[in-house]
Amino acid sequence: MRKLIKFQNKNISFVSHGAVGGFEEAAGPLGENFDLVDKTDLFGMKSYEMAEGEMGRLCVNIAMTKAGFKPTDIDCIFAGDLQNQCFASSSGLYSFGIPYIGLYSACSTMTEALLLGASLIDGGHIKCACALSTSHNSAAERQFRTPLEYGGQRQPYAQWTATAAGAFILDGEGQGRVRIKDGMIGKIVDGLTTDAANMGAAMARSAMDTIYTYFSLSDISPTQVDLIVTGDLGYVGSEMLRDMLGEQFPALVGRHIDCGTLLYDRSKKDVHAGASGCGCSASVLSLKFIPQLERGELKNILFMSTGALMNPTGVLQKNNILGITPLVRLSSE
Amino acid sequence: MIEKNEDYRKLIKKHLPRSTTIKNSIFAFLSGGALCFMGEWLAYLYTRLGAEVKDSYLYVTLTFIVVASLLTAFGVYDKIARYCGAGTLLPVCGFSNSVTSSALDGRFEGYVSGVGTKIFSLAGPVILYSTLFGTIYGVIYYFVTR
Repeated sequence: MRKLIKFQNKNISFVSHGAVGGFEEAAGPLGENFDLVDKTDLFGMKSYEMAEGEMGRLCVNIAMTKAGFKPTDIDCIFAGDLQNQCFASSSGLYSFGIPYIGLYSACSTMTEALLLGASLIDGGHIKCACALSTSHNSAAERQFRTPLEYGGQRQPYAQWTATAAGAFILDGEGQGRVRIKDGMIGKIVDGLTTDAANMGAAMARSAMDTIYTYFSLSDISPTQVDLIVTGDLGYVGSEMLRDMLGEQFPALVGRHIDCGTLLYDRSKKDVHAGASGCGCSASVLSLKFIPQLERGELKNILFMSTGALMNPTGVLQKNNILGITPLVRLSSE
Repeated sequence: MIEKNEDYRKLIKKHLPRSTTIKNSIFAFLSGGALCFMGEWLAYLYTRLGAEVKDSYLYVTLTFIVVASLLTAFGVYDKIARYCGAGTLLPVCGFSNSVTSSALDGRFEGYVSGVGTKIFSLAGPVILYSTLFGTIYGVIYYFVTR
């Protein structure tokens, strides 16, 4: 049975957070909020794969510096990326020596990391956790699609993998204003599409399933939530979700916002249906929503990173793409 | 509650952005046509420089391959191809781009296991089937003209 995970510890909070981005992200509407950007996208490394790891390392370093923490102050780090076997996370983080759990759940990784970090703190097993997720456009395109310089036309509904990272440090003593109140583990839902470019369609169904299940299990009503933040449904997936929300929860249609539609300026950059990737929801949470919660502009948000669980082999074999959407409720009350 | 399969399939269809086929076709027609015009002009130039007419077309092909490869290496080709689509994909420059871009992608993994194994990852099917059907055509041609 799918359960609502209500945290007993009411003080699981965000101590600090950081976001790192690449060239395209720095040029976007949230570009000025990044803690660090590298316009070469290489972060001083020799390959894009290593650059993604370095991006994660820098991001955790920024979050630790802001909190005044050393690596030994963090009991466990939950991290993930899009490369095979989470190569970016392990190669980037090994120098810290922080106990590590690698998560590999496509773009839903950040919400999973927050959920698991909060759970270990809630159980009293650890005092401080870090959540990190990264994605790198050049590393992901090479692995999942075509060579970087290949001249092809992308579908109008295709999304652009973000070169970005977001890191969050959680504690159980309420040092930060923003709290994690409850959450829900994602369920694997068939997206009924075999088209790897249509990620929005692959994920929107699972997002709707999570929203519906959350409100049927929680004592929170839709009107008590300021925003429903999805990870990377993009413009197409967002429209699909709003269509479905309109039938079940009309009050929520105007309160839905998607991180994939916030990272780039659609009029300037040819990104088609918006941003995607593990780093998309993670960086936008750090760039926009946590600061808004800290300032009290938002009180309650549902943060749901959406993941399309696909790989190139499965796509070539024409298998349906499965979607997953975990959820955490963040509150500044 | 998960949407019913039928309903969700309809929803996917409803929200799939309208295809830009007409715009893409016009761009492909104009850019492809422009490339053909350039090819003819180059062939004329090569004959004026003293090449045989049948050789001049070979030189045009080689010129297209080299130029497309260089444009790919400088990161320009994909930006042009984004607008031109089939106009730059179908002529030999599209083939050149697929080989060069694959080779460039392999450079991080070394010249043998990187460039060497990846260079024909996209062009492989073209090479295989053009060789195969070329052979079949050749055999038929041999018996028909004997």
